[in-house]
Amino acid sequence: MSAIAAPIPAADRRDRWRGGVFRGVLLSCIVVSAAMLVTLLIDIALDGAGALSFNFLTNSPSFRPDVAGIWPALMGTLWLMAIVTLFVVPVGVAAAIYLEEYADPTRWWNRLIEVNIQNLAAVPSIVYGILGLAFIVRGPLSLGPVVMAGALTLGLLVLPVVIIASREAIRAVPPSIREGSLALGATQWQTIWKQVLPSAIPGIATGIILALSRAIGETAPLIVIGAASFVAFAPSGPDSIFTAVPLQMYEWISRPQEEFHQLAAAGILVLMTVLILMNSVAMWLRNKYESKW
Amino acid sequence: MDAVAVFGEPRKRRGEQVIKGLLFLAALLSVLTTAGIVFSLLEETISFFGDVSVTEFLGGTEWYPLFAEPTFGVVPLVTGTLLVSGVALLVAVPIGLGAAVYLAEYASPRVRRTVKPVLELLAGVPTIVFGYFALLFFTPEVLKPLFGEPLQGFNALSAGAIMGFMIVPTIASVSEDAMSAVPTSLREGAYGLGSTKLQVSTRVVFPAALSGIVASFVLGASRAIGETMIVLIAAGLQPNFTADPRKSVETMTTFIAATAKGDAAVGSTAYKAIFAVGTLLFVLTFVMNMISIRFVRKYRQVYE
Repeated sequence: MSAIAAPIPAADRRDRWRGGVFRGVLLSCIVVSAAMLVTLLIDIALDGAGALSFNFLTNSPSFRPDVAGIWPALMGTLWLMAIVTLFVVPVGVAAAIYLEEYADPTRWWNRLIEVNIQNLAAVPSIVYGILGLAFIVRGPLSLGPVVMAGALTLGLLVLPVVIIASREAIRAVPPSIREGSLALGATQWQTIWKQVLPSAIPGIATGIILALSRAIGETAPLIVIGAASFVAFAPSGPDSIFTAVPLQMYEWISRPQEEFHQLAAAGILVLMTVLILMNSVAMWLRNKYESKW
Repeated sequence: MDAVAVFGEPRKRRGEQVIKGLLFLAALLSVLTTAGIVFSLLEETISFFGDVSVTEFLGGTEWYPLFAEPTFGVVPLVTGTLLVSGVALLVAVPIGLGAAVYLAEYASPRVRRTVKPVLELLAGVPTIVFGYFALLFFTPEVLKPLFGEPLQGFNALSAGAIMGFMIVPTIASVSEDAMSAVPTSLREGAYGLGSTKLQVSTRVVFPAALSGIVASFVLGASRAIGETMIVLIAAGLQPNFTADPRKSVETMTTFIAATAKGDAAVGSTAYKAIFAVGTLLFVLTFVMNMISIRFVRKYRQVYE
């Protein structure tokens, strides 16, 4: 009899059995997480679908649940995201360029900046709310609880996300591209602006989308800076008081009546749709430009 | 004639230096942010400790800042935070670690491509959505039938369990990075000695990636302690000094949110307490973040 057909020893069989069980346990961890996500989406879809309508998007909040809508919150969120984008894109990308292309990592101040950004990425969002309250709404800037104050607070909150993602994208551009450009006589900035940045744009864009998708769902910092939870009109500009979609959801969840919970679920459906769209664009960008080198 | 004489002195490009300076300022903004956080916390905190002694704050077990005769013992907020975070980690550590081992050691590239977006989506769900789910689905539909009457409508268990799922992606992705950084040669060596995949995963890769795995736990714990909305919505706001997760609790974060939203008059001790509790929260998470950053750096130094 050949070795292949020999009976499998008992120890081997036990190993296989154990290996199979272990693999099953690991797989179940992923299945449980996915099942939880699916349950959550289905539950919210069931709760919210009935309240979702065109009027829900265009009406103002009301004490009568049947005519209440999220128009002011929707516009508030749009204003916030527009200003956050204008703020974090130039600042975040500039910081990433400095850290990747210019900073000498042996200098203590560059190491401080680096560790500091890693820590800021993990500071609780409510602490940014305290910063916004003490520094932007009151204190030195004293803007009051307006769109601009909310946007700056959220901007500082997601800035580390943009910086970290942009650094990775810039780092992924091979040194040969820079060396080729420098060898042709380009200055360092010309090399960065004309060679490195264009190649890193898909990665940077992915990071920006992820940062915005974090900012769009943030509630706690807006509560702390004192953003209003009941606003009947869309904001007229950066200096106008505002509410935002997640804040309006919180306001509705906090009420005891079930009708308002359904409105909250409908608002969450709108929010989740936007988020899934943003995530899909980010994923598409990443897959399209992956492993270009 | 040499080259310099022909082409003239290379032009000094002042623009290049200006650009470098501007980029540096952008990077410096992050340090200013931290300075701003510390400054805004400390100013009111120092003033708070003019009203309340440090021993009352850190040692007292009664937290009623808005009562006519207010008490400022922060212990119930800390235990409430630890209770919710403890439940969250009991859920997140095994599930996150299991997912990480599966992704790093077992999954085919195709499976990985489908599973990772699911985890990313889970990480991207706004915490208010988890809060809704914890309060209006998980508590009444899952926990109530299991625990019956002793379970309060607002409770630490529901908030903690759902928060655990929020943290799973953090633990999974940081741990997976650490395990993927373990050199293939270590695995091949173990296989060469006749090890099974189970043995390679648990006795070679796991210990080799341990510092990164610990970093993921610490980072997960830091996120749990700092999470606000899930707890604010699902755990109620009662500053109970209890270890019973079926009860309502108040945490450091929910106190800050509820009091800032409510009507504690600016300048009152209750208002200053927001900042004192904020300082405690910032210091706790700062220490944990530093530990986690240190551990990540450790495995990077060894393997990269």
